[in-house]
Parts: sequence; C-alpha cells; structure tokens
Amino acid sequence: MVLLKAENITHYFGGLCAVSEFNLELREHELIGIIGPNGAGKTTVFNIMTGVYKATSGSIMFNGQETVGKSPNSITALGIARTFQNIRLFSDLSVLDNIRIAHYSGTKYTPIEALLHAGRYRAEEKRIRAHSMELLSFFSMEEFADELAKNLPYGMQRRLEIVRALATRPKLLLLDEPAAGMNPKEIDRLMEFIHWVRNEFKLTIIVIEHQMRFVMSICERLVVLDFGTTIAEGNPAEIQNNAKVLEAYLGTPAVNDYGK
Amino acid sequence: MKARLWPIILIAAGFILSFAIPYFGLLDLYVQMILIYICINIILALSLNLINGYMGEFSVGHAGFMSAGAYISAIITVKCLSSASAAWLFPFAVIAGGVGAALLGLIVAIPSFRTRGDYLAIVTLAFNMIIKSVLENIDAVGGARGFLGMDKLTTLPVAFFWTLITIWVIRNFIYSNYGRGVLSIREDEIASDLMSVNTKQVKLLAFVISSFFAGVAGGLFAHLLQFINPRMFDIIKSTDILIMVYLGGIGSIAGSILGATVYTLLLEILRPLEIWRMVIMPLILIFLMLFRPRGIMGLKELTWFVPVLDRINSNRGVKGIRKWFS
Ligand SMILES: Nc1ncnc2c1ncn2[C@@H]1O[C@H](COP(=O)(O)OP(=O)(O)OP(=O)(O)O)[C@@H](O)[C@H]1O
Ligand SMILES: [Mg+2]
Repeated sequence: MVLLKAENITHYFGGLCAVSEFNLELREHELIGIIGPNGAGKTTVFNIMTGVYKATSGSIMFNGQETVGKSPNSITALGIARTFQNIRLFSDLSVLDNIRIAHYSGTKYTPIEALLHAGRYRAEEKRIRAHSMELLSFFSMEEFADELAKNLPYGMQRRLEIVRALATRPKLLLLDEPAAGMNPKEIDRLMEFIHWVRNEFKLTIIVIEHQMRFVMSICERLVVLDFGTTIAEGNPAEIQNNAKVLEAYLGTPAVNDYGK
Repeated sequence: MKARLWPIILIAAGFILSFAIPYFGLLDLYVQMILIYICINIILALSLNLINGYMGEFSVGHAGFMSAGAYISAIITVKCLSSASAAWLFPFAVIAGGVGAALLGLIVAIPSFRTRGDYLAIVTLAFNMIIKSVLENIDAVGGARGFLGMDKLTTLPVAFFWTLITIWVIRNFIYSNYGRGVLSIREDEIASDLMSVNTKQVKLLAFVISSFFAGVAGGLFAHLLQFINPRMFDIIKSTDILIMVYLGGIGSIAGSILGATVYTLLLEILRPLEIWRMVIMPLILIFLMLFRPRGIMGLKELTWFVPVLDRINSNRGVKGIRKWFS
C-alpha cells in the first residue's frame, strides 16, 4: 500500500530553488534513503513533509490526506515524526518530560480539567507517564528519566531524539543524518538499531545520510538529489553504477562524514 | 506523607492567621497593608512568570492587564452594586475583572503566533501604553484624574485566598500536558510543534491564564487602595513586576513568591531613602543579573509545589509496549 505520495514538490527560498519537481512514492514498511551533496535540498524535503515549510507548489498525500498547508503539529498527529540534523532536544527539561511532551496530541483532557487537576487528568497523566517510562525502558534509558536532556552524552541524545519521535506514534519516521558524528563502530550499531526499530514499531523510514556505506547497506531504495533536482532513483546497486551520481556525488572528493 | 502534610498545615495556619490578625489587631494596619501588597504582588509575579519564565517570551505590559481588572471590578462594585451587596459579590467582581483582562490577553496572544522575542516585547509594550491612554480618555471612569468610591473590600483573608487560588491553578496548569507544552515552547518552538504540541493553543491558554490573574490582582489592588488612576498602571508598574519575576527566579513558583515578598519588603525598608531607592534597586538588579542571571530560584522548584504524581519518576515495569504500537 502506498503510504506517502509526493508530487512535483517545488520550493523556493527567495530566488533560490532549493527543491525542484520532487516526486516520491513510498510504500508501507519501506526503508529508503535520500542522499546528495551538501545543500542539495535533502533537509528542505523533510521540512516540507513535516510542515515546517509550505511547499511553493506541489502536493503530498500521506495516508490519504493532503499535508501541504497543514501545521507541523497536525502533520505529526497524522503520523509523520522526525529527528533533526542538529540535535533539537528540549535541553533544559528532563528526559521523561522530553518524551511526555511528544504525547501532546494523544492526550484526552481539556484545559479546564488541567487547571483543576480533575476529571480525566489523573488517569491520562498516569497513562502518559507509564507509556513514556515503558518506551524509555525499551531503549534502556529508564535510569536517565530524571536527568536533564542536555546532560546526556552525545550518542544518548541522538537516541533520545529517536525515542521522542517514536512517542508521537508515527507511521513514517524521518531521520536526518542519524549517523553524524559517530565512529564506524557506532554506525554499525546504529544500522542494526534502525532495522530493529522499524520491525518493532512497524515503521516506514526515510533516512538522509552522507555516509555511503551506511545508506548502501540499510536502504532498499535511494533517491539522489543534486541542486534540488532528483538525478537518480533506484536500489543501491543501480545507484552505485549510475554515471550521473558518480559525477555529482561519489566523484566529489570533499564529501565528509559530518555534514552540518 | 510528611511532605504532603506540611503544606496543608501551613495553609490552614495561614488562613487562621489571616483572619486573626485583623480581628484581634495582632499587627498594626501598616504591616497588614504590606502583607496584602505581598499577596497581590505574588499574584502578579506568578502570572507574569508563566509567560516570561515558563514560556520564555518577554512580556513587558503586565500592568496593562492589571488595569483592566482594576477598572472593571471597580466599576462593578461602585456603579452596579449597592454597598451591601458589593461586599458579598466582591469575588464575582474580581472574577469579572479577570475575565475582562483575559479577553485582552486573547488579543495579545494572536501576534505571539507569528512573532516572538523583541518584537513580541514591543507588542506588549504598545498594548500597555494604549490601554493607559484609552483609560485616560474615558471620562466616565474619571479620565486621567482616576476613579474612586470603592469600599475597602480587599482584606487580608481575601488577599490570602486569591493568592492560594492563583498558586494552585497556575501550578495545576504547569504540571499538565498544556504546561509541558509551554515549557517546550521555551526550549525550542519548532521542535515543540513537530512533536505534536499545538503551539497556538498553548500560547493562547498561557496568555489568557496569565492575564486573567493579572486582572484579579488589579481588582484586589483597586479595592485595597480605594482609588485608581491610569498612571498607576504604566510601564514603571510593569517593570516592577518584571523585577519581582527575575529576582525570585524564572520558571519557579517558589521563586515568584520569594521575589514578590523580598521586593515588596525592600521597597518598604528603603522608603526612608527616598530618591536613593531609585539607585539602590537597579544596583541590586545588576548584581543579581551578574551573579544569578536566572534569579534566586531560577528554574528550580520547591517540592511542595510539585504535585505528588510528578515528583519522582518511579519506574514502572515494561509491558505492553508492542501492543500499544500495533
Ligand atoms: N531557511 C532557509 N532560507 C534560505 N535558504 C535556505 C534555507 N534553508 C535552506 N536553504 C538553502 O536551500 C538549499 C538546500 O538546503 P538543505 O538544508 O535542504 O540542504 P541539505 O541537502 O540538507 O544539505 P546538508 O547536507 O548540508 O544538510 C541550500 O542552498 C541552503 O542554503
Ligand atoms: Mg541537511
């Protein structure tokens, strides 16, 4: 079944065309990669899918609903969650609160019940807390529940971002350079982790990544962007031998592991 | 259990004292007046802390909301009610003042959807100035001369009661789904929106609640002084409230109580110094910003103000997570 269908997405920043005529058809439970040199427009595609930017033109159907023009929180409520290229945790809040905040749209009590701590407040808060703790234990992070997010080590913060995204109960998970700043060993573990998460939570996943080894080995399909245009699409083997890609991306000696 | 019992004992003792002090004349009237001022200032500081401390915006027009509450409640008790019924219906007059202020809060919340930081600060500043000049130009409420005729309905128990209500309601709000939304907006608004927080709804609620209680404080203030004029609610008054918030500590209920108390007392203690007060107060503030930029309590909370449900992350067992996601 098709989960997401992006048609002719084009986005301009002033005069700069960051994404041009982007098309994508994503089936349920797929794991695909978006690759491309720095500034190719990968993050912009994520920002459009999640409603941070409204595409200049084009349409995205997600699970039968148009998302272009919707606010980020309503798109998240529909089932698209993401992580960020630069970690964007709620750093002065506890790990538990980071997770609880991601339960916002599923919370079933009114502001009046909140102000009086009455009605469904108690039961709902217990449920949210229990789910959050379960989720944290599932990722072996329950002992950090009380810790401020900013005090976690870097790798743990990256993991927390994924857990927080999962707390919104997504169908589609967008990971923006999850391997940035990791060493080869950590990257191996991350690859296993992503596979495992996808199966456990029945997710469809799109990853943006610079590291060829990473995307080549975990993605079933790749989309290559360059200057906002899709220059190639196919399975890793096809992409590896695509002349355009070699020229635009693999041929560039300055591709580094860290991105921005 | 002990932690749960102490606040209840203190509240009960506070109530008894608030009745006993005026009844038996335990403290002279001047000291009683200062106690009431402390209560009013706690309400003001805590309600502003919701916007500036918890949500991380910078509102500088809090006295504008206060004036709305003061004028509305005063008009109700003076013009609409007889002296006898005003005494009984005073709580409703105060609530009406709060509701009026909350409606204005709704209007100020709308620009906060699109702007933040400096720009929103200017919006609130303009709001404060506009409401002051509007009041100055309405002759029916005395214009620049002011409005009088209120009975002294703000007694110590009344002020104490409203302070408790404010603390309780704002605490409840902060320790709820919506309150966590407020905190997440302070931390990172875009990430917050992307984690499904309806940021518009949260901002609207925060502004409405904050301005409601500013209006309540205004109503109490008007019926303590028995005379109000637009100049009482100018930028200087707003600055006073800001100082209380930042002195006590942002994002902390205990901080706002402390800040309001210390500042009110300091103002009184330094009163004999007259104009020098205007030198000493800013100096205190400068030192504070240098050594404790988040205020005395800055983002820390006294356990008493944290609902029991929220105190410790008692770890629950792992079960049913798969079911939850299927
Ligand atoms: N908010 C913005 N305003 C103006 N231009 C922008 C904005 N965001 C991105 N751009 C520009 O759009 C283009 C695409 O940026 P984008 O961040 O999508 O690239 P990317 O493929 O994610 O690159 P990287 O690998 O470096 O993360 C770049 O030229 C960038 O400078
Ligand atoms: Mg990027």
